[in-house]
Amino acid sequence: MRHLLRRVGFYLVALWAAVTFNFIIPRLMPGDPAEAYIAKLQGQHVTRQEMDAIRQLFGVNPNVPLWRQYLDYLNGLLHGNLGISTSQFPTSVLDVLRQSLPWTMGLVGVALIVSFISGTLVGMIIAWRRGSWYDTAIPPILTFLSAVPYFWMALALVYVFGVGLNWFPSNSGYDVFNVTPGWNSDFIVSVAQHAILPVITLVIGSLAGWVLTMRNTMLTTLSEDYVMMAQAKGLPERRVMFNYAGRNAILPSITSFSISLGLVVSGSLLTEIVFNYPGIGYALYQAVQADDYALVEGCFLVIALAVLIANFLAELVYTLLDPRVRRGGS
Amino acid sequence: MQVTNLTDQNIDSASILSSAKGRKRTIVGVLTSNPKIAVGVGIVAFFVLTAIAAPLLTPYDPNATIVTGSLPPSAAHIFGTTGLGQDMFAQIVYGARVTILIGFTAAIGSTLLQVFFGLTSGYFGGIVGDALNLFINVFLVLPGLPLAIVLASLASANAATNNNEAVIALVLLFTTWAYGARVLRAQTLSLKERDFVAAARATGEGTLHIIFAEILPNEIALVAATFVGTFVYAVGAEVALEFLGLGNTSQASWGEILYWAQANSALIIGKWWQFVPAGLCIAFLCAGLAFINFGIDELANPRLRVERSRHRRVLPKKNKAVAP
Repeated sequence: MRHLLRRVGFYLVALWAAVTFNFIIPRLMPGDPAEAYIAKLQGQHVTRQEMDAIRQLFGVNPNVPLWRQYLDYLNGLLHGNLGISTSQFPTSVLDVLRQSLPWTMGLVGVALIVSFISGTLVGMIIAWRRGSWYDTAIPPILTFLSAVPYFWMALALVYVFGVGLNWFPSNSGYDVFNVTPGWNSDFIVSVAQHAILPVITLVIGSLAGWVLTMRNTMLTTLSEDYVMMAQAKGLPERRVMFNYAGRNAILPSITSFSISLGLVVSGSLLTEIVFNYPGIGYALYQAVQADDYALVEGCFLVIALAVLIANFLAELVYTLLDPRVRRGGS
Repeated sequence: MQVTNLTDQNIDSASILSSAKGRKRTIVGVLTSNPKIAVGVGIVAFFVLTAIAAPLLTPYDPNATIVTGSLPPSAAHIFGTTGLGQDMFAQIVYGARVTILIGFTAAIGSTLLQVFFGLTSGYFGGIVGDALNLFINVFLVLPGLPLAIVLASLASANAATNNNEAVIALVLLFTTWAYGARVLRAQTLSLKERDFVAAARATGEGTLHIIFAEILPNEIALVAATFVGTFVYAVGAEVALEFLGLGNTSQASWGEILYWAQANSALIIGKWWQFVPAGLCIAFLCAGLAFINFGIDELANPRLRVERSRHRRVLPKKNKAVAP
């Protein structure tokens, strides 16, 4: 319990750090960010309201002391006030994020589950059959595939399966012309079809990490005495592999969850851009293109929040699986 | 040079050296003792040499418009031309310079931060160590690429900064150091209990001397591994930032090539040569670096090496031989 409270405390500190970065970064930049920003918008039509929104966003009012700006900023966040999107004026940043978040969470969630299960299984099997041809062939191939940038993999899949073969749709999150969003079967089928290529992209990119981590810890576990003992007792091969070796080798994979989650989220941002998938990544891309800084910051905050929550959940699972952690890590 | 100075106090470095047994205990000996490292070094060296020799390899200026429109590969332009009629091969070889240089700079800077935070947080106990550890873990858990995008987009929105390459290298430096720092911290925690550290303390060496002159040389193998890992990540993130249009869009680099390919909808109109060469180069470079790291892993952890005779004794390949 004490362990859990400490971890909650840690994640609150991390969240505070993310929020504070968002506050500090614009103020660290040389020059006056608001003026530079407005100068860059020249040629576009900037209304007075937008100018005020920009000034307020960057908090560049010399009459207000910094600590006061910071408190106002935190207060605004607590009330869900992330500012107004300048590129989709006058929609609030919160509304844009609210529309995009479910898409990204669905994509990342499905991709993580698929790649974790399949990667761990493959890692287990190739470690068990070490020295065989697939133990020799699979790791280098996966290494190469994971070295391919996510967005490039996405481009290649769009080119081959979307444009070339026309097997799967490769644009947007659902068929925007023929179905209406909602809980109807047409919409759900359309969403599933549109998610196939992005999910494949993310799975291919993140598979290698799970396979190699699992293979390496499994190899270490396989030389333990209890595995030999299980074999000597004549237990079925499958049981030794899954219940004795695999079960004990899986913990490091869960520890590395936070790192792979970060990579999959980053990958998802880039993949969404290629597929015009209406998630956070696409919103972030549009915000970057349009210099919509409020939306860029909002996207970062919501991604950071989601990653922190997911990490916390992974730690809870870890605590359940490893009794040593429960007892206070002695 | 540093590798040969290593003593057997460090498990990692000692096993790396012993695995190079029978060869000269030099860097070359270590490099060629493991096939994965040899392949990885070969691939990386190929790209580095290509980048250096760029003017010798192509007569074209990567940014000059030579033909009208995007031509498919031909004898004159082996990778075809871009949407603006620039020679794609010239863009690739000159672009290698930008991509490798930014990735390398970011990785070097990041490694310095990793060494500093990893070793100090591991060596100091109490509040200082805890605070530094908290700092590392916070950076570790915050998503790196989104943070990099925020930093880069604000920096490029700022009129005062025009040097986008430097901005990207700095941004990557600050968003990539946490993982390596945690790895080095763990190693430092174990090393500081060793006798040679106690001996140095007893002879009255200063704290800084102990950390950076006694402990650091014993972690050099690990530092090298985290450097290579950071390099891979930095190249990928750099290309991603440029793909988002946050780099210098008028200078050839691998990320910019892909940015323009996407901006011109190259693949929807079937112009595969606009994105295939750059993507494959990135993949090969990163895979080469990753191979180096797996090789270092194998050298450091003997259990990962394929040693068939030992393996058969511990774990029979045919289970039936053991099972009744």
